[in-house]
Amino acid sequence: MTDPDVIIVGSGPAGLSAATTLRCLGHSVMVLDREPTAGGIPRHCGHYPYGLREFRRLLKGPAYAARLTATALAAGVQIRINTTVTALHPGPRISITTPNGPAELSGKTILLATGVRESTRAARLIGGTKPGGILSTGALQGMVYLNHQRPFQNPVILGTELVAFSAIMTCRHLGIRPVAMIEPGPRATAPFPSALYPRLRGIPLHLNTTLHAIHGATQVTGVTLRQGARTWDLACDGVIISGQFRPDNALLRGSHLAIDPATLGPEVDQFGRCSDPGYFAAGNLLRAVETAGHCWAEGRSVAHAIARALNGNLPTGPAHKITISGPALKYALPQRLSPGTNPALPVLQLRVSQAIRGQITLTANGQSTAHQINALPERRITLPLPSGAGPVHLHLEAEP
Amino acid sequence: MTKNGQHLHRQKGVSVPHTPAPFDIIIIGAGVIGCALARRFTLDGAKTLLLERAPDILDGASKGNSAILHTGFDAPPGSLEQRCIAAGYAEYLQIHTSLGLPLIRSGALVIAWTAEEESLLPSLIDQARANGIDDIQPLSATETGALEPHLAPCKASFRVPREYLIDPWSAPHAYLLQALANGAELRRNCAVTGGQFDGTHWHLETTQGPTTGKIIINAAGNHGDLIDLMLLGHQDFTIRPRKGQFIVYDKPAASLATHILLPVPNKITKGIVVCRTAFGNLLVGPTAEDQDDRDRAELVPDTLRALQTRGEAILPALKGQEITAIYAGLRPATEFKDYQICAHTGRNLITVGGIRSTGLSSALGTAQHVAALATAFAQITPLPNPLTPQTPNISEAAPRDWQCPGHDGIICHCELVTRREISAALTGPLAAQSLAGLKRRTRVTMGRCQGFYCTAALADLTRDHFACPMATAND
Repeated sequence: MTDPDVIIVGSGPAGLSAATTLRCLGHSVMVLDREPTAGGIPRHCGHYPYGLREFRRLLKGPAYAARLTATALAAGVQIRINTTVTALHPGPRISITTPNGPAELSGKTILLATGVRESTRAARLIGGTKPGGILSTGALQGMVYLNHQRPFQNPVILGTELVAFSAIMTCRHLGIRPVAMIEPGPRATAPFPSALYPRLRGIPLHLNTTLHAIHGATQVTGVTLRQGARTWDLACDGVIISGQFRPDNALLRGSHLAIDPATLGPEVDQFGRCSDPGYFAAGNLLRAVETAGHCWAEGRSVAHAIARALNGNLPTGPAHKITISGPALKYALPQRLSPGTNPALPVLQLRVSQAIRGQITLTANGQSTAHQINALPERRITLPLPSGAGPVHLHLEAEP
Repeated sequence: MTKNGQHLHRQKGVSVPHTPAPFDIIIIGAGVIGCALARRFTLDGAKTLLLERAPDILDGASKGNSAILHTGFDAPPGSLEQRCIAAGYAEYLQIHTSLGLPLIRSGALVIAWTAEEESLLPSLIDQARANGIDDIQPLSATETGALEPHLAPCKASFRVPREYLIDPWSAPHAYLLQALANGAELRRNCAVTGGQFDGTHWHLETTQGPTTGKIIINAAGNHGDLIDLMLLGHQDFTIRPRKGQFIVYDKPAASLATHILLPVPNKITKGIVVCRTAFGNLLVGPTAEDQDDRDRAELVPDTLRALQTRGEAILPALKGQEITAIYAGLRPATEFKDYQICAHTGRNLITVGGIRSTGLSSALGTAQHVAALATAFAQITPLPNPLTPQTPNISEAAPRDWQCPGHDGIICHCELVTRREISAALTGPLAAQSLAGLKRRTRVTMGRCQGFYCTAALADLTRDHFACPMATAND
């Protein structure tokens, strides 16, 4: 068997759109996924809205995932499921394990598209005991949509990002009635009108409130909530720990590739190229978190950059760092600027860590430009990608 | 079904009825001590029964420890604890290969951060030498830094080369598996509710009916004093559980420390330890918090944050490392410093109490000690050719199942737990009967995503195996 031109790790929207694009550009492509079915996270989001940008129709997640997979297969992409990548090596070369045991694969280029996951109860240092019934939204959706299982009947939901509203829809699917929604911040993170949704469904939303402790021996029996000096208990039989997504970067951390401590994804240039030019990355592995549609588009444009690289048309040369400063600026993507035009990541993607009104100063080529922002956490902020050679610095200053 | 068929079915049944012949030994409590006792007595030829009130073994004091095989260098010289640790340590080294148990030869450093702690090092070294640990190496600050480059600068330290890391779950499972393979019996969900001694036999009442045995071993951990009170009418000590909270960091953090990093201990506790685990993570803990509740170990956010800060003070590069898990355990502390092991002559009962944080290290030695005490009550002949079943390896110290052909696919992606490993853990004489039990046998959901990816598949695979299912079917 000859090595494929491109091996893609992860068959979510980014991986599959890149695979289809590369195949249509005439390259051989192998997609690996560790799950028994291709399609990624949308497989277990049994609700709208998916597919408008990609297929010009309103689809639920599973139908969208199936369509992405069918499109890739029709284009001639080889998809290998139940295949877990265990290590990345220079070359590029990867170690895998399948139901038959371990093996090694190599290709001319590897595209990493391993996506994101939610932060855990442990990572958030939530107190109390460790009964059954504490789930991430991802785990809940897997149970409800893939396996038709019901883990609880009256959970509380921690977090108000978009995914928390997805959790409410998931619950509704099985007649599970959440008893409350908890948000540590002063406002719901998801934009209007999602933030209205729990109220419509009669679910109390507690702002400025932390989940202090979880109670129960075998199954959750209740939680302790804290709002300022006030502490109270709420009966429930489950806890959904939603959001605070982070790139699923476990493979990167054991590898030779550079990681950006701010995004927790790989350090890439504007073509999605990693610190080892044999590797590219696309989709939510680059940063938490964007919509499936955004990842799909990103997969496609990084695929074009990979095709240019395979054809020897992607310039190589010294890259310049893009750095950030200011306490509220969480990350900037890409992290490096290489020479060359037609970037795969066409804008600078930024996030702030807290609600802030202020000014971002972008310094490039010895010139500074100022951009006023009024931003909330987990909302998309973009700036034009600077052109030319030289380091780029971004500084965020809050309005006094 | 015919009457006859029904009868056959009942005989083969799991929960009814138990063999009426008396046991030589009945052990109450399937913690690490109970498992080691079951192995010891079975190999010594006794017909042994192990009772556990929880749905699975290791559900009490044994579920939260720091997974270190101690030499006992810092135990009080001449104490029972020190002797049991020394004997347990020696036996573990002797049997771990044949049982398939890992041993990570990390060594430990006892580190002085202040001048006061530095002044205590010589006496600790003397104490270690009095305990027979003759290879202690005193180290300067520079020498310590050279051994552990990520360590915050200290005053001085000493190295204990033979303090090792082990797998805290597989070890007791292996002890019990060997006992079961050689004829011991285990009853789970089986709490002792009362008992009478008739001069030759104990007649125990349990939640699974009566049972009879010659000798009772009380290894009930955090409930040890209550079992003594129930069966003997008095107690020689009172348990006041000491809670220990731990933080487990994700695998990349394990590269920050080679040795087990120990502080200078005080009178109450060994202090906050930083060490790798057999599973390739990094552990920070435990706290030492006395409490009244014997069953519930609550995690407290403020305490965990303090623990995190302490960890970062010891290893500054820990800052920003991802936390994989948090847990809390209860050590059965008493008003006495030493172990409380007592043979109640005339009552055929041996209490094995007050085994605190050193239980994992001392278990095999404690079992030797208790078996010697039991010879006063009964004469037994050791098994001539005992079976030695291998325990599946789940540590990073040896090849894992995912590295072998035919594993049938990965279920838990973070810990690379295979479908074959999960199937094996759900069957056999020591089949997991709760999610907690399955985690301890396979590490499933114990990794960085804590079940984000595998919970659904796991709920499906474990359907019909757990008394408390992970989910109910929605058909």
